[in-house]
Amino acid sequence: MPPIKRTKFKLSTLELLEIFYWLKLIRAFDERLSLGVRQGKVRSGVYTGIGQEAIVVGSCFGLRTDDWIFPLHRDLGALLMKGVEPRTMMAQMYAKVTGLSKGRDSALHSSVNELGIFGNTSMLGANLPVAAGVALTMKMEGKDSLCVAYFGEGASNTGDFHEALNFAGANKLPIVFICENNLYAYSVPIEKSMAIEDVAVRAEGYGFDGVAINGNDVLAVYQAVKGARRRARAGEGPTLIECKTYRWHGHSEHDKAFYRSKEELAMWKSRDPIPTFTTYLEHMSVLTPEKEQEVDERIKNVLDDAVRFAEDSPDPAPEEAVTDIYA
Amino acid sequence: MAKEITYIEAIREALFEEMRRDSKVFVLGEDVGPYGGAFGATAGIAEEFGEARCLDTPISESAIIGVSIGASQRGYRPVAEMQFADFITCGFDQIVNQAATLRYRCGGRVTCPIVVRAPSGGNVGGGLYHSQNPEAWFVHRPGLKVVAPSTAWDAKGLLKAAIRDDNPVIYFEHKYLYRRAKGPVPEGDEIVPIGVAAIRRPGSDATVVTYGAMVGPSLEAADRLAKEGVEVEVIDLRSLRPFDKPAIFASIEKTNRLLIVHEDVKTLGIGAELSAVVMEERFDVLDAPVMRVTYPDTHPPFSQVLEHYNLPNADTISEALRKLLQF
Repeated sequence: MPPIKRTKFKLSTLELLEIFYWLKLIRAFDERLSLGVRQGKVRSGVYTGIGQEAIVVGSCFGLRTDDWIFPLHRDLGALLMKGVEPRTMMAQMYAKVTGLSKGRDSALHSSVNELGIFGNTSMLGANLPVAAGVALTMKMEGKDSLCVAYFGEGASNTGDFHEALNFAGANKLPIVFICENNLYAYSVPIEKSMAIEDVAVRAEGYGFDGVAINGNDVLAVYQAVKGARRRARAGEGPTLIECKTYRWHGHSEHDKAFYRSKEELAMWKSRDPIPTFTTYLEHMSVLTPEKEQEVDERIKNVLDDAVRFAEDSPDPAPEEAVTDIYA
Repeated sequence: MAKEITYIEAIREALFEEMRRDSKVFVLGEDVGPYGGAFGATAGIAEEFGEARCLDTPISESAIIGVSIGASQRGYRPVAEMQFADFITCGFDQIVNQAATLRYRCGGRVTCPIVVRAPSGGNVGGGLYHSQNPEAWFVHRPGLKVVAPSTAWDAKGLLKAAIRDDNPVIYFEHKYLYRRAKGPVPEGDEIVPIGVAAIRRPGSDATVVTYGAMVGPSLEAADRLAKEGVEVEVIDLRSLRPFDKPAIFASIEKTNRLLIVHEDVKTLGIGAELSAVVMEERFDVLDAPVMRVTYPDTHPPFSQVLEHYNLPNADTISEALRKLLQF
């Protein structure tokens, strides 16, 4: 496997603080949802990405409106970064009529085409062929737009993964495939489901580069994706970036995750992407206690507003259950 | 006098005309490029429009359909070819979960204008995996439209309508008819609207509702019955979802007797649904139970002796009509 070319980068103080904001907002959003489930306010469909935020933030930061993302079920933050209002996202999770699906489906199953967001089904990996289709049209038009398609290591065992990556490789499509390898497909550990350690090596079989990186290091993710973006935009085809990470919660909020040890969880919590980045910002003298407090207050206000909006929003009219089947 | 062409030429002509009319229309599938498709439906398209708009794909049905869905989200109107309708199972999830639910789960904000062409049907010596009639699976799925032309006229007009429709349309083209069905076709901008049946033969004593390659033997049976002094009305459904309820009702209100004929297997075929709808809504006009002539609940065998045993024909349809009339 040839070593992947990374791109040098320099981020401004403002940009670094923005990354910090997104990391913390997305964490706090998921925590509110988790609380909502425990309070019985959110019915189900909560698959938090707590512990994995660096992947979404590092890969979505710097995307343009004409770029498309294909988030998986833990990537709620990707929708926020691409421009969905937090209150709309919260209403979606509360199954309210003001949500993206008007209460018809939860979570990340809804697209926002004008923002370049595709909402996948629950069939993991099924977003990847669709991403290849969007990328194909970008290539047809000679545009330098980009597709960023997410999947877990579990979904890399599906037929759709193979068909999509093969298709994208054969057609040199402008896609970055981002694997969020959190070591478990629901309860099944990676060593039971594949005979390789790195999903990244699968890229070689499709004729493009794959690289495995520390998915809890937001700047490492940003750097790797920036390089892949540049290559895709230059017509050099897809890249697979495998981000090693770990989810703190169970598969969904009702999963107690007894299949893994306390020690393992504690070890991964010590690699929390947020304090890691906070330390870096402090070291770089970008973050002061005042600035951090400012960010925390902003997040609290955004989420209070989002929850209030969701709670105050009406349920859908019952007969909406049978509309919008056909255009 | 209008020119007469074959069913397969009519399909090809529809593709050419729609691609000339709308630069967002393109075709993709296995061997559709310079080779022109397994049955020649796309012959010459790559030459006129270039291979980017007549894309040869890997043997990846799920990717072919997923890519089509993705392209449709950026304003394209892809026409995907399944080499045989039997192979559509390999792309089943992308059709029934991804495409069919997209509009609903996005709160009615998006459309999914894709066409999946599926060469179906037996009596061509194709054996188990080149002869199937899997239309009922798709008729069962809300969000999809399903059409099945029986004439060159409809093959062209319905394909044009399908391409212009904003919903996913599964277009079942019958292989037996490819070169056997010949006739005039609509010219210019004329289409055959989806959801409208055609009365192929008027009659007052009994109604046959059928579609695809079963229209021919149904008409032959009606001719035989005419010699016995019985006038049978033959309705060609053309569209299976939505199907033309008013046309069926108007006919049985006149004839009071209904026979359904299809090449698909009996159990939960289209006939089961048509029959149930007639029972629910027009029970009072019936003078006899609704009857069916269908493929038996078995697989399409290779031997001609075996296959002919299974296929409905003018003999079995005539026999059923006599039974229906004598009831």
